[in-house]
This record gives sequence, C-alpha cells and structure tokens, in this order.
Amino acid sequence: MARKKIREYDSKRLLKEHFKRFSGRDLPIKSAQVTESTDFNELAEKEPWLSSAKLVVKPDMLFGKRGKSGLVALNLNLDQVADFVKQRLGKEVEMGGCKGPITTFIVEPFIPHDQEFYLNIVSERLGCSISFSECGGIEIEENWDKVKTIFVPTGATFTSEVCAPLVATIPLEIKGEIEEFIQSVFALFQDLDFTFLEMNPFTLVDGKPYPLDMRGELDDTAAFKNFKKWGNIEFPMPFGRVMSSTESFVHGLDEKTSASLKFTVLNPEGRIWTMVAGGGASVIYADTVGDLGYASELGNYAEYSGAPNEEEVLQYARVVIDCATSDPDGQKRALVIGGGIANFTDVAATFNGIIRALKEKESKLKAARMNIYVRRGGPNYQRGLAKMRALGEEIGIPIEVYGPEATMTGICKQAIECITAAA
Amino acid sequence: MATGQLFSRTTQALFYNYKQLPIQRMLDFDFLCGRELPSVAGIINPGAEGFQKLFFGQEEIAIPVHSTVEAACAAHPTADVFINFASFRSAAASSMAALKQPTVRVVAIIAEGVPEADAKQLIAYARANNKVVIGPATVGGIQAGAFKIGDTAGTIDNIIACKLYRPGSVGFVSKSGGMSNELYNTIARVTDGIYEGIAIGGDVFPGSTLSDHVLRFNNIPQVKMIVVLGELGGRDEYSLVEALKQGKVSKPVVAWVSGTCARLFKSEVQFGHAGAKSGGEMESAQAKNQALKDAGAVVPTSYEAFETAIKETFGKLVEEGKISSVKEFTPPQIPEDLNIAIKSGKVRAPTHIISTISDDRGEEPCYAGVPMSSIVEQGYGVGDVISLLWFKRSLPRYCTHFIEICIMLCADHGPCVSGAHNTIVTARAGKDLVSSLVSGLLTIGPRFGGAIDDAARYFKDAYDRGLTPYEFVESMKKKGIRVPGIGHRIKRGDNRDKRVELLQLFARTHFPSVKYMEYAVQVETYTLSKANNLVLNVDGAIGSLFLDLLAGSGMFTKQEIDEIVGIGYLNGLFVLARSIGLIGEITDMINSFITMLLKAELLVVPS
Repeated sequence: MARKKIREYDSKRLLKEHFKRFSGRDLPIKSAQVTESTDFNELAEKEPWLSSAKLVVKPDMLFGKRGKSGLVALNLNLDQVADFVKQRLGKEVEMGGCKGPITTFIVEPFIPHDQEFYLNIVSERLGCSISFSECGGIEIEENWDKVKTIFVPTGATFTSEVCAPLVATIPLEIKGEIEEFIQSVFALFQDLDFTFLEMNPFTLVDGKPYPLDMRGELDDTAAFKNFKKWGNIEFPMPFGRVMSSTESFVHGLDEKTSASLKFTVLNPEGRIWTMVAGGGASVIYADTVGDLGYASELGNYAEYSGAPNEEEVLQYARVVIDCATSDPDGQKRALVIGGGIANFTDVAATFNGIIRALKEKESKLKAARMNIYVRRGGPNYQRGLAKMRALGEEIGIPIEVYGPEATMTGICKQAIECITAAA
Repeated sequence: MATGQLFSRTTQALFYNYKQLPIQRMLDFDFLCGRELPSVAGIINPGAEGFQKLFFGQEEIAIPVHSTVEAACAAHPTADVFINFASFRSAAASSMAALKQPTVRVVAIIAEGVPEADAKQLIAYARANNKVVIGPATVGGIQAGAFKIGDTAGTIDNIIACKLYRPGSVGFVSKSGGMSNELYNTIARVTDGIYEGIAIGGDVFPGSTLSDHVLRFNNIPQVKMIVVLGELGGRDEYSLVEALKQGKVSKPVVAWVSGTCARLFKSEVQFGHAGAKSGGEMESAQAKNQALKDAGAVVPTSYEAFETAIKETFGKLVEEGKISSVKEFTPPQIPEDLNIAIKSGKVRAPTHIISTISDDRGEEPCYAGVPMSSIVEQGYGVGDVISLLWFKRSLPRYCTHFIEICIMLCADHGPCVSGAHNTIVTARAGKDLVSSLVSGLLTIGPRFGGAIDDAARYFKDAYDRGLTPYEFVESMKKKGIRVPGIGHRIKRGDNRDKRVELLQLFARTHFPSVKYMEYAVQVETYTLSKANNLVLNVDGAIGSLFLDLLAGSGMFTKQEIDEIVGIGYLNGLFVLARSIGLIGEITDMINSFITMLLKAELLVVPS
C-alpha cells in the first residue's frame, strides 16, 4: 500500500537525522517519545535535556487540533509531564468522530515564541505543491487567505526564483534563512519519499527556523530503498481503528501470507454478512448493500484475494461464519459469498476451504437461520458452484448459487429480500 | 494525451522479464482473433539472450530474447508497445529506459508497489515526450480483436464468452483490473461488446488517468459509448467531470464510482488499492458520483443498476441508428495445453518417470510417506532417512543406528586406498570437486570396498544351505573364488580390525539374532588356521551383520532380503560413506596445494 501517516516523533526524527545533508548545518530539535513501556528515569538518562528544560507534552496519535482540544500541556517539568501522561495514558478520547485510547505521547522542550510560520508540502500527480504563511499556528484556517502556494513540477529545480512568491512579503532580515529552510525541507521531503509534510507552526530560535509541530506521511512502497534512511519507522493504524480479537486474528493471517485477507466488523448485530473474493469486488458488494438502503444491516466488510490456499481460506471463513452466526435471535440472516469473474484463480479450489468451514459450522448456521447466497465466475467455476449446490443439499441449509450469467451484486438484493421477508 | 487508437491488429510489443504464461496468453488471443503477426516481437530478459519457444496456434514459434531494452528496440523497431513485468523494485528504471527509446510509444507496467516518486518521474517524462503509460499496478488492457496486454481478460473461455476476439462499440476504462474482467462480461451481455478496455491501475498516481482514456475513446470513431468504473480516493474523476462540463466528450458516458461504503467505517480506511483511501468529502464515492451525474454522465443509483444503465444507453444508440451491426465470426479452436487437458480429464499421458520413495507434491516433501516435519521434529537421523528412501519403511532405532555406525566407520581410510588415491590425484590435477569425487568412487568394486554385497551373498548362500565353514571355504577355493569379506592387507589374527570389533559388540548388544555374523566368525576361525591375515574384514562384518539386520528385524520378507542383497544396496552404503571421506580429501588437497604453491614461490624468490 502507499501513503502512510507517521507519528510526529518520527517526522521530527527524520528531519533531525537528515537535515544536515541538505542544509550543511544541524537542526537542534529535541523530542522524546513516551508510551506505556516508558521508564521516565531511563528516558531522562538518555535525554538529559528532559531534566533541565521546561517541557511541552501532547498525544502523538495521528490526529490534529490537539491544542484546541486541551490535550497539549506547556511549561512543565519532567515530573509534571509524567503526571500528565499518567492521567491520560490508555484513556479513550473522541476526535472527529473516531474514538480510541491514547497510547503515545511526544515530549519536547518548551519554546516560548511569538512568530508562527506555516509550511506544507504535498506530493501531487505532476509535481509538488508548497504552501507557506507568516500567520501559522492554530488560527491557520482563519487566515487561509494569507497562505501562498507554489507548484514545483516533477523534475524541476527548486531555485530561489521558484521559491520567491512564497517569501516575497517577509522581512528581509529573516527572508534568507526561511527560504533556505524551505529549500532544505523540500529536498529532504523528496529524498526520503515523503508524500505529505506539514509544520504548523515553525518559529525562529536564535534566528534559525525551528519546527514546533509537524505532521508527515511516507510512501511505504519506497521502503525497499529507504529502510536505512528511515531507520526504525512505525506506521501506526489510523486513530480510532481498534481491532477486535477476530479482526486481529484475520490481520495476523493476512500478515503471514502473500495473499490478501481482510475483515472488518461494521455492525456485530447486522443480519447481512459478506465474504467476497477480490479487492475491487468486495468494496462493491458492501457498497451495494448500503446503496440499496440496508447499510445498517451490513455486518462486515471482508475480502480475500491473491490466491490464498485452502487452509488459509478455511481459517478465514471460520472467523467470518462465527461472527455472522453469533447470538442467534430467531430472525433470518444472510451470508453473501460473492466475487467477480476471476482472471486465473481456481474457483473450485478456493471454494474448498469455504465449504469445509460451512460444514463444520452447520449447527451454528442453522441456529442463526442463515441463508447463503453465492455468485462467482472464473476458471473452474462450474465445478466450484456445483460443489456449493451439493453442500446445500447435504447439510440442509438454503444456498442459492449463481455464475457469471447473473449480475455480480444480484445476490445482495436477494439477501436483503431474505432478511426483510416475513419470518 | 488524448489522440486516438493505441493499438491495431498489427501492433507488436516487447515483453520485459520473461513470463511464459502471459506471453502465451497474448499469442493465444492473437490466434483467436486471426492475427497473422504474433503480438510479441521480442522478449527482454536481463542477462539472457537467444530464443524462447512458444505456441502460435498449433505451431511453435521462436521469439528472440534480448538482454537489454536498447538491444530489443534496435532489433524490433516496429514494436511500439512495451509490456513491463518487472518487479516493483526494478519496474521504474526499466520503464524509464523504455520510454526513452524513440520506437516505444506505450508502456504498460504490471507491478504493484512502484514508489510514488518513481511513477511521477515516468508521468512527467511521458507527458513531455507524448507517450502513454498504463499502470503501474494494472493487468493492462485489450483492444477487442486486435491486441491484448499480458493477462488481461483472463482465460480463453472468458475471452470467447465476452466476444473479445472481435470489436464491439464500447470503450471501457476502470481502475481495478479484477473488476475489468467482470465488466467485460457485463458489457458483452447487454451491448455488442467491447471495442477497447483499459485498467489504469489502483495507484494514487496512475500513469494515465480515467479521463485520459475517455478523451481518447471519444476520438475513436468505432467507439460509440463509454463506460467508466471509478473508485473512491484521489481526484482523478474530477478531471473527467471537467471534460464533460466543457463538452469535450460527445459520446454517452455511463459511470459508477465504487466505495460508497467507506462512510460505514468508523476510522479512516484503506481498501485494497493504494489509491482507494477514504480522504476528504471530495474524494468520496458519493461526491464523485454526484459530480459525474451533474456533469451529464449516466450514473446509476447503485452498482446493481449499472448493467441496466449500460443496457439502456446502448439501446438508445441502437434506436438512433448509431450502431452498425457487428460482423460475427466463429473464432478458431485454440489447441489445449496438455497439462490443462489432463487436469480436466480429457486426455491422459503416460508418465516418464516413476518414483515411489519420495513425494514433493504436497505442502512439504515426504520420504516414503513420512513428512519432512516429522523427520525433523522426531529427531530422525541419516540412518532413518536411508531406511525410508532405500527400504521404504521405518526401521527400529537399533537398525538405523547400526546403519549410521557403518557409515561412520567406512567414511574414510586414509590416502593409501585406491579411491582416495584417485580422488587426490584428480584434485591435484586441478579438477573440480565433483570430478575428483567421482574418479575415486569409480574405483569401488571387488578389490576396494565393494565386497559387502558379495560377502553377504556368499555367507547367506552358504549358511542357508547349511554348509559348514570348512565345506564353504573349500568349495570356494575349488571354484577359484576368494572368500569375500575375509582377508586384510595389514590386519592379522592377533591384531584384529578395531572397526570389526566395534560392529560385533554393537550387534551382540542390540540385535535380536546374530546368526549370520556368528557363521562369519566360524568361517574366520577356519581361514585363520590357513593364514594369519585371513581375518574377517569390515566388508565381511557389515555384510554378515546386515543379513542379521534384515532377517532379525522381522521387517523384511525372505524375497525382499534376496532382492536387497541381489541389487547391491549394501555397496551403496559404502559409496555413501566413503563420499564423505573423499570430499574431505579433496578439500584437504585444495588447501594444502595452495600452501604448497606459496612455498614453491617462496623458494624461487632469490634471497
């Protein structure tokens, strides 16, 4: 996959480690990461400035607007920082509709300042856009008209002329420093395969630019050429994405195989469950249930692709069926085993794992009044579909089976009709 | 981009990184369409040159293989499509090399995971030089009846079902390669079929965009309507919206953007494609569908209604008389590959080789039915592996331990035996390890090491016939045969071979019966009375004790024992054991030879 957000701590670490290569001077920023496993005494030994400087502490969880949400504490000593962290570590917060516990903090020296600049670099199709403003900080959105943006086409040299519109209005005595800083950061952005970088704000310390707040995204497909430069980089899950035990089980399966196995529970009490082959098709099945007006009944999103072997499919299907059949309530449910027309996946072979799981879970399926809908095409589909039909007769569960002659999502409609029909 | 047709019935491609299946699938498609010229002109396989044999219908053709992009382009100046099957690590560099060739016009990149910055370099170069990049992360594309990239459209059955062997009237472009196959079917069901279909790939920045291809389709007279399947994430669809608003697209467009379900997810979500990431409202499927609809595209209410929308749009064109009827023809039958025909049960073929001892078809290899994991986990030794592979059964531990002792005892016996001598000479002559080893092994026979089988044969025959040692030895003498397993160059009656003693001690302690060995000892007693050097040697000891192992373990029938002794399994034991020693002699020789050369050099340096 591609663009991945990284923690502020890592953004600043990469900036500090590589800045000198592009500007010829060190960037004297300091920061430390605090998590559940941090021992403050050890940390203070490794980072002596923690004990002498006044500090800032804030959550480092890939969400913004921390200042506005009262999650930033300024001008503390280390004990106060430890106290601040203790009170909030593991506590759930809600940010922009996503709920999740805070697990990671960043601690930095407190830098009193009056100037706040804004810098933002985004990778776009034909180049990169660079935005800059003298009025940065938490009021940036109110001052959006003061933000200047330039576009640097792919392959173009980032000269002073190109940069000029950004820094045209700033006082002459700081103009040179800021221009040089933007150029160095842009070179570093490209060298380290950043796709997004934002400093809001950066300020001046002893006349030199100094980032106070930073966000970054890396292109993780470039990991193969950057693993040395990136060092021990972490790509955390988006904030609020907390995996249930079943989801993490499938996530574990997915990590171990070259195939792709995805499973997200959307509504544990939903009555329509899906298990769909193919990345593109799986999204469309979930869409269709929603677009036909039954989003609230959709239990999950599930995708398997990249030719998982029978054993992997079996383990995966067990999880999906367990979730789909939990807490029977006497009402009908539907399981959609869908897929497009495969290019080269042997349909009969992948169905073997699903069929084994369905056989194992016969009684659970019956208890949940499950109706199964199958649609798939591709190599050997006739045999795969015939096996599915035979299974229905064998275990006595209603199974409707369709091939490439039917529309791909017709079974979504049928599943909806099934669960809405009078019981 | 824009302009029109990318491919024709005479388009030829260069194929980077040899992959037999996709090339064969391209050639099968060619044959199906009645193309006269194969669509693959040459293959680039870094570091290799020559030819690859492939089928063009029933015939075999040889496609030239080149080691560099430049050489291939020079050799095939009319091949203007470059199909890149390189890995994500090297796809960008080889694609750039191809774009820089004046003969290459279109580059298709299959690899998924090409870094964004590299893809952007390709995009910038292609734009500046008026070339087309399809992909990365795509299956490719197809012009019905004319040209197909790699694995596009799946199996031959599917291509026939979708009538892709002849052109229809629909231009189709999607992000997803998997879904493009589904749509070829859908479109074939409700229209006269595909004219051209392109999957642009699922990356954030595809080399060419949905709108690039829509605008191109608009310029192709045979394309009468356009079908677009987009995806949440990115803003690509908005350039299509702009083109529609500006009236740049005169043909009807039926579009659907998938990913409306993203809002059901509680946190930010990344679907299978790198570009399919829920971002701001603008990038949502809902917003894009609405914008496309507002700009004049036919947008259904759900994917389920997509097929109907395509059908109705096509129906209108038919009513308006804009669709001329397609010339149908029956495509020729593609000869089936043997392995596919076998799999489907249509033909059978005799096997060339039979192996009953090991099986590599499952998840892990098996020796005589015992999976490798049990062999390792249960602490099996070399003796157990030998019993599985030579005798096809698991022997009791004392037996396999005995086999191991035999191997250890026979592994080496100094440089003054014929095998070691030959090996050393060969190694000193500068030959390689295998040659040196084999030259030593080839001396194994009646005079050197190869007496185990003979000893076993004669001892068994004499014992089974109830001959006394006297009768046995004298009958051999009469026939002029020396008793195998008896006699040693150095060892004497009062200076027995330590190895023989060790074997006998082990067997007496662990074997249920040692009757053959006892018989051999009686024979030795008699021969010693004739001459002091006629002791039971290692060959004789192993030969006789192996008879006891076979007979005493209760694991072999009488017939099996005769077979084992007859075939010469036991000399195999000596060959195996002595290979260990001979390889040691070779490495020793290489090391000391180098030392010797160094010394010789020192001598010639004047002091």
